Amino acid sequence: MKVIVCVKQIPDPSVPGELVGPAHTLQREGVTLVLDPGDEFGVEAGLALAESQGGEVVLVSMGPERGADALRKGLAMGAAKGILVSDPGLAGADALTTATVLAAAIRREGFDCVITATESTDGYSGVIPQMLAALLEVPAVTFAKSISLQDSTMRVKRQTESGTEDAVVNLPCIVSVTAGVNEPRYPTLKGILGAKSKPIETCTAESLGVALTGSTQQVADVTPIAARGAGEIITDDGSAAAKIVEFLTTVKVL
Amino acid sequence: MALNTILVVAEVHESGLHPVTLELLAKARAMGTSVHAVLAAASDGDTLASELGAHGASRVYLAENAELGECVGGFATAFAVRDAVAQCSPDLVLFGQTYHGRDAAGCASVLLQRTVVSNIVDLESEPELRAVSTVFGGTQRVATAVTGPAPALVVVRAKSFESAEPGSGSAEVVRLSLDLPRWVKAGRVAGRADESASGPKLEDAPVVVSGGRGLQDPKNFALLQELAAMLHGAVGASRAVVDAGWVPYAYQVGQTGKTVKPTVYIACGISGAMQHTVGMKGSKYIIAINKDEGAPIFKLADLGVVGDALDILPKLIAEVRSRAN
Repeated sequence: MKVIVCVKQIPDPSVPGELVGPAHTLQREGVTLVLDPGDEFGVEAGLALAESQGGEVVLVSMGPERGADALRKGLAMGAAKGILVSDPGLAGADALTTATVLAAAIRREGFDCVITATESTDGYSGVIPQMLAALLEVPAVTFAKSISLQDSTMRVKRQTESGTEDAVVNLPCIVSVTAGVNEPRYPTLKGILGAKSKPIETCTAESLGVALTGSTQQVADVTPIAARGAGEIITDDGSAAAKIVEFLTTVKVL
Repeated sequence: MALNTILVVAEVHESGLHPVTLELLAKARAMGTSVHAVLAAASDGDTLASELGAHGASRVYLAENAELGECVGGFATAFAVRDAVAQCSPDLVLFGQTYHGRDAAGCASVLLQRTVVSNIVDLESEPELRAVSTVFGGTQRVATAVTGPAPALVVVRAKSFESAEPGSGSAEVVRLSLDLPRWVKAGRVAGRADESASGPKLEDAPVVVSGGRGLQDPKNFALLQELAAMLHGAVGASRAVVDAGWVPYAYQVGQTGKTVKPTVYIACGISGAMQHTVGMKGSKYIIAINKDEGAPIFKLADLGVVGDALDILPKLIAEVRSRAN
């Protein structure tokens, strides 16, 4: 089976972020791009499916060309190849444009199953998997906590507001996986070395037949939010509990 | 920019409307000339429609269909949104940022060929329609102008607006016959499990006692339960421990969990990653207990205690109990 896993290259989340330029886009210059940590769960889920059924995982991503290195991590984990849609016209693309481009790349590649994270760690739009389902017109099970595949039937336990649901769906389908759905493997040394020679195909929006129109959303204003006033910090010398009780009494919850 | 019709996408939760639906209706009434709602429900459509009317919707587009009970996620709702938009041509469509709402918004975006803006915490209509979100853990406020052909599709986080008490209003009900494509009906729900905790709801509790990795073991959440029960509060958790399977997702506070604004938030063994603080920094008072004096949570705390939550919690429980007696 062919499993597509959508991944994103994001500025290293351990480095404080910054909005720059007239369009207030996230600073990517001078910041290392890494595979979104949330995507490791998707890559792991895809590899597990491909290994159990026989097949391969293809990574699909959109972003600047220098972010190809971030895809190598997914290749080192075991994906067979990467497809990177890279186009200056896509800088600052809105969610629908992003999904349209990804869907075009996925459609061209063909798939039995598409796996994504539930949202990216940098942008958090959180609606791309749903858009992919509507664009590709295949059933989607979002917010998966566990997945299993038998023959061509996928059983998914998904998160809801009040608990969980057991969903059943046949391939082809889309599944968005929550963090914690599995334990992502670490790339082995052999995997890391092998990833260097795996193909990463780059393409543009135009080559996928997607015409880019101007964005219908613009950041108009960015203002700092006043930080909360610094409070009192104490070191516990055995009296901290009494101090907390005193605080709770002062604010009248005790 | 004056807004004419605002369409609120309603969501069912437990046996009634989701709280975020009521919050959106209150905001829509303050912003628009005309407030309509759209609801796709498996049953109880008329009861829910009258509840929407009492909260300010003058018209409810209702798609009631028993087969919706087996549909997975919020995709079917998107088709009801598409049909309602065709009938009332709204300037703005508001979705709640819930699992269901995200499914509905993403799918509706494709059906209507309009992008969506999500994670919104405020809306402005002057000088143009702007949707406000916060970034970098709530340290910066970003106002995004939404231009292009109407409607603007906006996904709003829960607790961004205050809901209003129900009034005497009633809504005209317009029935939609949903024509769902096969892919929306192909998946089905085979079973459901409820994970909601007993006691006050996390998002309504006046006191929230939350735990993170610093509690070291899932069984230590019992300490939080005990303290919360004595303070008439609820227990919350960081994403790290929810992902690790210590407690169900229903406990999660933060970017991908619940937003809480209690009188007092007590963070135990939580470092204060942006992912977490964005969901609790609106609390009136914050108490933080953490072994690491450099933990970012101390930047938010009104009272910060550098110490081991596992030492302090039993003493705190004993002190609170002696006060109560």
